[in-house]
Amino acid sequence: MIIKGNIIKIAGPVIVADGMRGTQMFEMVKVGNNNLIGEIIELEGDTATIQVYEETAGIQPGEVVESTGGPLSVELGPGVMGSIFDGIQRPLEIIKEASGDFIARGVDAPSVNKDKKWTFKPVAKVGDIVKPGDVLGEVQETTAVLQKILVPPMHGGKIKSIVSSGEYNVLEDIAEIETEDGDKKVQMLQKWPVRKGRPYEDKLDPDVPLVTGQRAQDTFFSVAKGGTAAIPGPFGSGKTVTQQQLAKWADADIVIYIGCGERGNEMTEVLTEFPYLEDPKTGNPLMDRTVLIANTSNMPVAAREACVYTGITIAEYYRDQGYDVALMADSTSRWAEAMREISGRLEEMPGEEGYPAYLASRLAQFYERAGRVNTLGTDSKIASISVVGAVSPPGGDLSEPVTQNTLRICKVFWALDASLADKRHFPSIDWLQSYSLYIDSIQGWWEKNVAPDWRNVRDEAMVLLQKESELQEIVQLVGRDALPDTEQVTLETSRMLREDFLQQNAFDDIDTFCTPEKQYSMLKTILLFQKEAIAAVEDGANVQSVVELPVKERIGKMKYIPENEFSDEISKIQNDITKECSEA
Amino acid sequence: MNTNIKTREYTTVSEVAGPLMVVEGVEGVSYSEIVEIQTPSGEQRSGQVLEVNKDVAVVQVFEGTIDLNTKTTKTRFTGETAKIGVSKDMIGRIFNGIGRPIDGGPEIIADDELDINGSPMNPVSREFPEEFIQTGISTIDGMNTLVRGQKLPIFSGSGLPHNDFAAQITRQAKVLGDDSDFVVIFAAMGITHEEANFFMNDFERTGAIENVTVFMNLADDPAIERIMTPKMALTTAEYFAFELDMQVLVILTDMTNYCEALREISAARGEVPGRRGYPGYMYTDLASIYERAGRIDGKKGSITQMPILVMPQDDITHPIPDLTGYITEGQIVLSRELFRKGIYPPVNVLPSLSRLMSGGIGGDKTRDDHSGVSDQLYSAYAEGRDLRDLVAVVGEEALTERDQKFLKFAEAFESKFITQSKDEDRTIFETLDLGWELLEILPKSELKRVKEEFIEKYLSKSDDE
Repeated sequence: MIIKGNIIKIAGPVIVADGMRGTQMFEMVKVGNNNLIGEIIELEGDTATIQVYEETAGIQPGEVVESTGGPLSVELGPGVMGSIFDGIQRPLEIIKEASGDFIARGVDAPSVNKDKKWTFKPVAKVGDIVKPGDVLGEVQETTAVLQKILVPPMHGGKIKSIVSSGEYNVLEDIAEIETEDGDKKVQMLQKWPVRKGRPYEDKLDPDVPLVTGQRAQDTFFSVAKGGTAAIPGPFGSGKTVTQQQLAKWADADIVIYIGCGERGNEMTEVLTEFPYLEDPKTGNPLMDRTVLIANTSNMPVAAREACVYTGITIAEYYRDQGYDVALMADSTSRWAEAMREISGRLEEMPGEEGYPAYLASRLAQFYERAGRVNTLGTDSKIASISVVGAVSPPGGDLSEPVTQNTLRICKVFWALDASLADKRHFPSIDWLQSYSLYIDSIQGWWEKNVAPDWRNVRDEAMVLLQKESELQEIVQLVGRDALPDTEQVTLETSRMLREDFLQQNAFDDIDTFCTPEKQYSMLKTILLFQKEAIAAVEDGANVQSVVELPVKERIGKMKYIPENEFSDEISKIQNDITKECSEA
Repeated sequence: MNTNIKTREYTTVSEVAGPLMVVEGVEGVSYSEIVEIQTPSGEQRSGQVLEVNKDVAVVQVFEGTIDLNTKTTKTRFTGETAKIGVSKDMIGRIFNGIGRPIDGGPEIIADDELDINGSPMNPVSREFPEEFIQTGISTIDGMNTLVRGQKLPIFSGSGLPHNDFAAQITRQAKVLGDDSDFVVIFAAMGITHEEANFFMNDFERTGAIENVTVFMNLADDPAIERIMTPKMALTTAEYFAFELDMQVLVILTDMTNYCEALREISAARGEVPGRRGYPGYMYTDLASIYERAGRIDGKKGSITQMPILVMPQDDITHPIPDLTGYITEGQIVLSRELFRKGIYPPVNVLPSLSRLMSGGIGGDKTRDDHSGVSDQLYSAYAEGRDLRDLVAVVGEEALTERDQKFLKFAEAFESKFITQSKDEDRTIFETLDLGWELLEILPKSELKRVKEEFIEKYLSKSDDE
């Protein structure tokens, strides 16, 4: 039933309408003569408070508000992959066709093309008993993604009919299922309310790392598949590049990138770069397995509030098909600020720093939608959503509410540091501040797949870095020459760890991605230098000549050696370390 | 849109507080609509609807609420959102903060009437900025390169020479090998007469005025007008750039005054304040200004922004520079410490950054060694500065030979590379060669950020000279 009310009050993105009795919380409504999209966020008697996803200038009291009968939902089905959406899943390309280079209001842009025919291949047969999550058929959505058309939740039963292999659009019935509540027709297109997580069977422990090819992240502060990580970084600390590197290189099947309240030009960089990026795994365009959601900082604030939900719901849809999904949200602070802005307009009692009191629970709800799960269905699959959320703490102050509430939930913390960025140390992940709580659970994977002594090597390097910061304090006071020779060597090795291992050049063709094997060997090589150099110094070698050995320069260039030449080169370097140290 | 707009006049002002006025018993008023106000003495003012609640409208009055009463003040709702008439003839003219000519010249005959709020640029329509703009200033060109379509603010402190610096950039900025029309739009918000005169004289002296459109809201103009000034300027910029194919550089000074005005209105409306009393929507509001920089795919023109803001107490974590830094693509930071040493321009390169630099430099745009030289200068200067702190504790003798070289480099960097005179226009090649000259101070093995081939190509080259 469609309910029609009238606007009585307008203040920025928040409007109030009366005559709305019978509408529901979070129901989507069309506002005013321009049919702007809005969502009900408060009900009181006859009146409803609505947040509007588009600019409200020009709207008058008395204009009509019309309910749509359902909550804000996304459309899921073939055609989603490879798209670039705004915060409420309108394809930006279609908006461009409709309204030109600037986004006009009230543009009706269907999320998924309803006319396009897809080749559907049935997998299930008539008479099969299916549960929600079972595969009805398959559609090759892009070269990289085989979309599985699943039995929707609540639709379990016996298949009464299913179409044969052929071309169908997303609205055509492809199957009929006899359920307890009567026969239900199934189309390829499903709608799902964004604020409600899609169901799964159960959650699993995160014990497989999400390999990103970034040394600092993989070796020291690894995030597990299905895990959550936070990147707080003051501006100018390289946060965006770090996230884009993850989007490009992380070993996930599907990448969802949410640009939430970010810069238009940077979003453009993503939008123009992604279509040309080659997927290192398949050689296909990376865009074939990517969904971009772009809500730049000057686009309406309410849509910014919605965009992270839109993103994670699409992620869940692909997770349900058995894929590993990596979701990047840049930045969740902008999302929280959108909540604050709307809350302010509602004249709610503010919590800490003006943020609404429900900030913590909203953040927790969002991050809890990540995880490694057994999906629904008879042949349950293991699939995951890993979430990397960027946080932009005002003034770099990590004690502010968004960062603090995020840290309470996320298991990995990549602390970006502006002073490292100043020194052009990229990625500017502060090795002393950052942490990962997944190291123990993913240790087994590294031991099995890379090297049995991985954990020792990693920890040893970590200890050196810790030691360096202590030694640096002493050096500040008494100068480097006052340190014992072995500690001078330690200082030198930890400098190598910082410059030759932790620093990684995202813009270098080779260094931009580093396999776990190469990471391990590089680390091992630097530690070998430490061992041999200490031994040499203890044998009476001059410390100055040890730290100036020619092999050091080659260690510094290790990162630029291509993967296929690497194992030969590295053993030469290791031999030379031993040789030069013993001769020193 | 509702086209049935009849003129609606009311004398039902029920409340005046700060810059706001409440009108009761109104009908058919739309959000953001422009209101014409006649004061009891007959003076004309204008305002904008901030909130409508049934038949009550809250109006912000641009020229101030002094003299208004709740008895005979006349208000007329125009049914239109704020617009500006734009035309090519605006180049070389001076307007006040709400777009009225104040240079004694004729009224502008508008080619088009545009809504000053604009619409967000569709991210898919944008073209990534990557054309190098040469400002002739080494610290910008060499290490924080500005590109067309970028928004790069100057963070300054009170008393620092940001005006000289901005004027120098305005004068010198050019795109190498491009002869399309280049115009500057200068929007001043709450600056003093003296500062305004400085800019006007400078533009006139150098002949730049021919290519400048000025929007001037002075310190003694109503604060509330400041809210409109940047929007007026940027709407005009969009017209120049995307309709007339011009390359537009917009200088906005001083954004701090703009934010103060925003806070003033917010407080008058009794809104829940955010950090330091600034409204919670300040980020969105600033974004709606800064994000109007850019380029559009398939169009020749571009809008490049250089907002100037004075950081209260030189505090870069203050909400204004902080939120600005999150929206703009980098920042140029002026430093009091360098200024005290007598260095001009006192650009502290360490916290300065241009996020769009990597796209605008390199072989076909500037020179192949640009990014390497820049990185190397950065890291060497950072190290030199750290060592300076150390020297303060342990004395210079305690440093190794290597460290002393870095120390020497830092000094030379400040006195030769950063320092340049107010009319010194260095080409990018001069800047890069100067960089190599300084890098010679360091041991060759320390030049890790530059590729080997460039060290051979350029370091030896400067040896020969």
